[in-house]
Amino acid sequence: MSAIEESGDSGHKKGPGVKKAKKLSTRVDMTPMVDLGFLLITFFIFTTTMQTPSTMKLNMPKDTKKEEEQNKAKASGALTILLGKENHVFYYEGELKSDLSNFKSTNFKEIRDIIINKRKDVISRYVRDPDCEAKAQKEGKKISDCADQDFVVIIKPNDDATFKNTVDILDEMTINGVKRYAMIDITATEKELIRITEGGAPQK
Amino acid sequence: MPSVKIPKKSTNVDMTPFVDVAFLILTFFIMATKFKPPSPVEVTTPSSVSADKYPDNDAVMITIDKDSKVYFTVFSEGAPKVFDDIIGSINATNNTGVTQSETNNFKKMAMVGVPFSQLRGLLQTPVDKQKNYKQAGIPLDSMGGELTFWINAAKKAFITEGKKKLTYLIKGDNESKYPAFKMVINAMRKNEEFKYQLVTTPEEAPKGTEYFNKVKAIK
Repeated sequence: MSAIEESGDSGHKKGPGVKKAKKLSTRVDMTPMVDLGFLLITFFIFTTTMQTPSTMKLNMPKDTKKEEEQNKAKASGALTILLGKENHVFYYEGELKSDLSNFKSTNFKEIRDIIINKRKDVISRYVRDPDCEAKAQKEGKKISDCADQDFVVIIKPNDDATFKNTVDILDEMTINGVKRYAMIDITATEKELIRITEGGAPQK
Repeated sequence: MPSVKIPKKSTNVDMTPFVDVAFLILTFFIMATKFKPPSPVEVTTPSSVSADKYPDNDAVMITIDKDSKVYFTVFSEGAPKVFDDIIGSINATNNTGVTQSETNNFKKMAMVGVPFSQLRGLLQTPVDKQKNYKQAGIPLDSMGGELTFWINAAKKAFITEGKKKLTYLIKGDNESKYPAFKMVINAMRKNEEFKYQLVTTPEEAPKGTEYFNKVKAIK
């Protein structure tokens, strides 16, 4: 297509014999078409949902009053994670000591390393359990799975924790391959402890 | 002034490539689009590495919005009788007195988030006007509250209609507080339901972690 167009000189007088037949342009004005095109694009951009949501499984234990049905957690392999307000995370290993020396503060970035280290620690202390290993072999699982059978993470969100925090910490379980974890109600002592600690915790 | 002829240049620009691109993008969006279901509340879900499939049908969704208000939704395409059954049992247990025409409105609705006392008021509002209807949220307490009845009604309705499985979806907003979530769980627990799916936005697993290696091994 020729890019040169003659225009604007029709009013001028031309010399004899220079008169030309006016060529009609083959061009179509595309502007309205472009306008319409972009209007539709805008419409589709706004109405579209690009990502289909995915889901995450959550299984809660049944309420059981019977002692023998309850899963026992060995204190040595337990890691308790407490969620506070404004993305604060607190944790302690084993049981909470009466002098509170093992109650520590952390955040969502560092909690992963804490979980990994605790798990390694539990695995290193593993004493061979023939019952578990026999069971694992029967079910076609790896014997090494028994090594972290005592490792259990207890999650206790307090009333100020958001849903995002809860999902994030459950996600952390999936990321680190923690097989045993439980979400349990926070105790009054722990709540109070978080309240006191958060008063002095540095603001983000 | 001497008349010097300056050839005027055309201001026309060739739009063809521009149009080409525009329509290419347009085609892409038309193909990729999936319309957002109308919803009276805006919920931003947290992200998660788990990528389980989101069920489109045969599910009950409990939505928690950013003010920790709770809404109830039923997905039952192809079996509209489920909705009648749900309203039927709600009527029976709570004397709400919802009529047949109001039940028909319920089938078209995106979600219910009102106490039983206001249920008829909401169902009398046409679906297209419900966007402006301020829903107060389903009342909850530590024992489950009214949500327990809704879940129970849905559970029974799905069994009556011979549907095999019913998925429980919990869709919470990032900002919603944990107690609301706990009360929803309690309401489920009252109905002996212990397996749920939390609705999340997919996210890439962090490099080097156990889950990352597992996913890589499968791929």
